[in-house]
Amino acid sequence: MSTSVVPPLPKQGFGNWLKKHFFSTWLNSVFSVLFGALLIWICVKLSNWAVLDAIWSVDDKEHCGHGAGACWAVIQDRGRLIMFGLYPYDEQWRSTLACLVVILTIGLSCLPSLWSIKKLPALWVIGFGAFVLLMRGGFAGLPLVTSEQWGGLSLTIFIFSAVFVLGMPLAVVFALARRSSLPVIAKGAGLFIDLVRSLPLLAVLFAAAVVVPLLVPDWLEGNKLGRVVIAFAVFFAVYQAEIIRAGLQSTSQGQEEAAAALGMPYWSLVVDILLPQAFRNTLPSTINQAVITFKETSIVTIIGFFEVMASGNAAIGGGEWTEQFVEVYVFLALVYFVFVFGLSRYGAWLENRMRVGHA
Amino acid sequence: MTTLFTSQKFRRTAVQVMFVTVVVLLILAMIIVGRTNIADQGIATGFGFLNQTTGWPVSFSLTDVGPRSTYTQVLFAGLLNTLLVGFMTLFFATLLGLFLALMRISSNSLMKLVGTTYVEVFRNVPVILQVFFWYAILTHLPGPRQAYSLADMAFFSNRGLMLPAPSLSGLDIVLFLIGCVAIGFGLKSFKFKKTGLRLPLAILAAVALFVVLLMTGREADVALWSVPELKGLRFVGGVSLKPEFSALLIGLTLFGASYIGEIIRGGLISVDKGKLEAGSALGMSSFQINRYIRIPLAFRAMLPSLSNQYVWLMKGTTVGIAIGYPDYFAIVSTSINQSGQTMELLALLMGGFIVVNYSIGFAMNLLNSRLKLKGRS
Repeated sequence: MSTSVVPPLPKQGFGNWLKKHFFSTWLNSVFSVLFGALLIWICVKLSNWAVLDAIWSVDDKEHCGHGAGACWAVIQDRGRLIMFGLYPYDEQWRSTLACLVVILTIGLSCLPSLWSIKKLPALWVIGFGAFVLLMRGGFAGLPLVTSEQWGGLSLTIFIFSAVFVLGMPLAVVFALARRSSLPVIAKGAGLFIDLVRSLPLLAVLFAAAVVVPLLVPDWLEGNKLGRVVIAFAVFFAVYQAEIIRAGLQSTSQGQEEAAAALGMPYWSLVVDILLPQAFRNTLPSTINQAVITFKETSIVTIIGFFEVMASGNAAIGGGEWTEQFVEVYVFLALVYFVFVFGLSRYGAWLENRMRVGHA
Repeated sequence: MTTLFTSQKFRRTAVQVMFVTVVVLLILAMIIVGRTNIADQGIATGFGFLNQTTGWPVSFSLTDVGPRSTYTQVLFAGLLNTLLVGFMTLFFATLLGLFLALMRISSNSLMKLVGTTYVEVFRNVPVILQVFFWYAILTHLPGPRQAYSLADMAFFSNRGLMLPAPSLSGLDIVLFLIGCVAIGFGLKSFKFKKTGLRLPLAILAAVALFVVLLMTGREADVALWSVPELKGLRFVGGVSLKPEFSALLIGLTLFGASYIGEIIRGGLISVDKGKLEAGSALGMSSFQINRYIRIPLAFRAMLPSLSNQYVWLMKGTTVGIAIGYPDYFAIVSTSINQSGQTMELLALLMGGFIVVNYSIGFAMNLLNSRLKLKGRS
């Protein structure tokens, strides 16, 4: 009779856990002690500043800047400016509602059951159209608010979602064009993609805002926001096109051949077989590109739009709150962080879920 | 006629011809409309303006430019400013990124926590916000008289950062270049294996040669290091980094490091564990495993993403315009405002960035093709 040799179980318990994670070698112990002390010191300082010694209400604002703590009263005082920019005060409920509609649309389009080439675009057109109608008004007794008055977080959300909605189909077109079997179209698309990719986003947006009016007839000029959003969408599309192209390349050749053998027309092959797989295979990169795009909306500040970054700067530029720049920047960072972190966590969850389904 | 349309060859040609025609017509239309629009505004066209003087000052430049410089000189100064801040960012962000990557793969959970927190915080906040933040911090520092000092060697005030610097003359820089070339040739011509001379020894010898050259060649009465000193209301000596430059450098470096750190970490963990174990089975020391197996393999894996990130960071320097750093984009944009030569300047802007980006891409590709495993495409 053979006795099976059971390997000893790893030692359990708090002491061993501590030893394994923090004190496995003497060098690790030194690092742990030094970094631990530093970390505790930073945490204490930070919580004192941000919470314990902080001033929260505008009533108490004469104490701002004298104490050691943060003065969150500036957010209470200037919060509406940061969130809505120059949008008319009485109409700001519309801005809030419009943002909620778009966030709901984004949330819904994260549901895999709605991922079809017909449902998703329809959802986006409806959600995004509702956003524009609500923000703009001019019907059913809602006063007209032109895009020059849009601002704050709602403008950030508008630019992001418009870039995404316009850029996605464009990206598909670019990717298919670059893979086209017609050499002139493939080369032309490739040249265009490489050219735009080597430019800074700021230069592209600047060209759209300043140069395009010189190059097109007056009736085609449109408004500045529209031009900038289209340029931004093209910029997004050339990056996303490369991602989709990688996804298309990752589908196996046999599927195209099978479709050809069945006599399937080209567009049906692309829409029903290749694109769904391409999107699924490149979901992590697509989420990553969305995250980058959300952060990059902050750049339109430089060419004179009043999105949340610019509104934050305006909140501290007025004179009364100039000393509270740290609080405002920390608040802005939190706003961006919440959106971006949410998006990337969702991406990680989705990646995990798809790995389980397909492995 | 019907056979003509059903012929695939004909349709393919027709589609391509139509595509080219539409593109050419669009470009032609834009040129025609553009010419009339520009003529209506009474702006001259052509590149003649490049030889005119600008009439406006540039707040920071490596070359000697002022209001009487020509557009060519000013644009060149802007390009140098972009390259200066760009390459310094790449250097520091790579160092910090390497450090972060090592923290995140360490066995110490505390280090992992610090590294992860850093990456999540700095990667998820827009770079322009970070640049604004550092700029506000730097301009809210006390004035030169109350400046914070670090051991009386470096000073931090609202005029910028004053750091000690080696005082180099033009001759020293020439010597430095000669030294670099000498080191390069020296390293290339050494046959380490045959002479038994190890790489560190060769580097040491080259550095010693360089120091000797520097010491013998320099002017006698100039101190080796120039330390900033408060004289009256301003600092003298050392090197002064203006708030705009420092804020852009700090913001881009801290932001870029979080991305570069993740790329380096990805490269390091992509190395197959079996290869490391094979190394130790052959009796290699952990230094040798790192030197001959882990780092070369990781480097190959991370190089393509690293080169993308470098190009991205170089383009990211354009946010400097938001805080008044005169980089290439800022200079071009001011020139457009002042001279009205929109098309020409925009072409120069695009040309400049395309050249810079392709150079980085080219250099990284060269490195990649030197390093990649032979026989793989």
